[in-house]
Amino acid sequence: MAFKVFKRKKRTAPKEKSPDRGLLSFHNTSEVIKAESLLREKGWEVRVMGPPPELRTGCDLVIEFPLVEQLNILRLLEENKIAPLEVVPVDDPLLKPVGLFKTTDYGQYLMVRAANMKLTIDKESLRIVNISGGGCPDVPYLGAKLVGKDLRQASPPRELGHTLCGYALQLAYEEIKRQCSL
Amino acid sequence: MLALIGTVPKEDFPLVSGTAVLKGGSLSLNGYQISVNRGTPALIAATSMVCETLGLPRPFSFLVGDIGLGDGSRKLYRHLKSHLPSLGARIIAFHYLQPDVDWHNRILWALEEQGNLPVLIADAGYMYAAKMSGFAASYDLFTPDIGELAFLADEVAPHPFYTRGFILHEEDNVPGLIKRAFEGGNAAKTLLIKGSKDYICTKERVLATVDTPRVETLEPIGGTGDTLTGMVAALTYGGYPVAEAAILAARANRLAGALANPTPATQVVDIVERIPKALEAVLDEAGKVREQIFPTTCCRELPYKRALIDTYAKGSC
Repeated sequence: MAFKVFKRKKRTAPKEKSPDRGLLSFHNTSEVIKAESLLREKGWEVRVMGPPPELRTGCDLVIEFPLVEQLNILRLLEENKIAPLEVVPVDDPLLKPVGLFKTTDYGQYLMVRAANMKLTIDKESLRIVNISGGGCPDVPYLGAKLVGKDLRQASPPRELGHTLCGYALQLAYEEIKRQCSL
Repeated sequence: MLALIGTVPKEDFPLVSGTAVLKGGSLSLNGYQISVNRGTPALIAATSMVCETLGLPRPFSFLVGDIGLGDGSRKLYRHLKSHLPSLGARIIAFHYLQPDVDWHNRILWALEEQGNLPVLIADAGYMYAAKMSGFAASYDLFTPDIGELAFLADEVAPHPFYTRGFILHEEDNVPGLIKRAFEGGNAAKTLLIKGSKDYICTKERVLATVDTPRVETLEPIGGTGDTLTGMVAALTYGGYPVAEAAILAARANRLAGALANPTPATQVVDIVERIPKALEAVLDEAGKVREQIFPTTCCRELPYKRALIDTYAKGSC
């Protein structure tokens, strides 16, 4: 008796590009090599490649990296004095970070939203009372670190966060400080 | 089995799995205590509350520590690829994980290899990965807020952080964003959009909106979206069709919020405590509506005791 084994055909992703990858551009090749070595040393999966035509700044090489971890990677590069000229998503290098904010006034409290992240403070004490929204794992971490802190003394989210959600919270933090004239 | 998957915001928290027990505002899992604040612990707490109220077995959870570095998430992804398909979960809710399209695809394909996919729910970072992968339609439910809906509607955005301005400007036009998300193939079969008015919709139409009780102060409270996703997962586990579970959960989440009489400074654990009372009230009301439509004993029974799904679909007992 013959048994026929049916094996499901392996599916391929319908979007064949690199939706979760970003590109870092630098002044010169020397910076690219230094940055690549540093990022590899810290365990990131990165690769050096030629820049897409839309990217008009930098040298003839760029580094591809996991886009969601942008905040963490930028911090490391800045600490090592090799900040990139530009950071863009691979699939659409013309995309820019959100620039729109939504503010909700609850009387005693003020909430600012940037993209998917919301930061709420007590207007009188300037205490951070809540952080909501977001989806990356540093959001609950940022909540644990920042809720209850005075906005004037709290570490900026860019120093504590690691992902694009952390970056969005940084934008909300800067906007709420601007609105409070801090 | 109902499986819940996510992270806790602690660097040194190991990968653990099992049935968490909720007690006094914290979860206990394999000897580890996890405070219920925002994120996946809030999801697990809300799910557990609903399961207990409905008399269902408690959910099975997979948790790992990750503060946004992605290391814990990748460890969990690897574990899930090997262990999740054989677990036999009927419903799986994926939550706060570092979005990673490659790992997302490996897990989805591993589940597909088993034959019929379980009911798949994605929220938070896993929803971002599911959208980016191009396999959004493999999911039964996404639970975005308004900012995340704009991201789903933007076919090129790799993360809500990069949603294009002209789409963000459309945030008051929720039906337009819903249409765009479905047309771009970036929505699950059902969407529950969390906002001042909650929308429950499929590709074909908006099935329902829920805006009462109106509690404006819920939006700033971290974790209220997580409790809502957890409640839908539990109600689906209890036998409700996904869309109906979403409608009931949206009502119950709002009512639990209202019972806590919250301010923007309220923490979600105060709302979690009110879930059983809120859910009972919402189910009681839903039961009365059913009585009016189907005045027979079997139809009055709720789906978690008896499959009313077919009854509704066929319009008879």
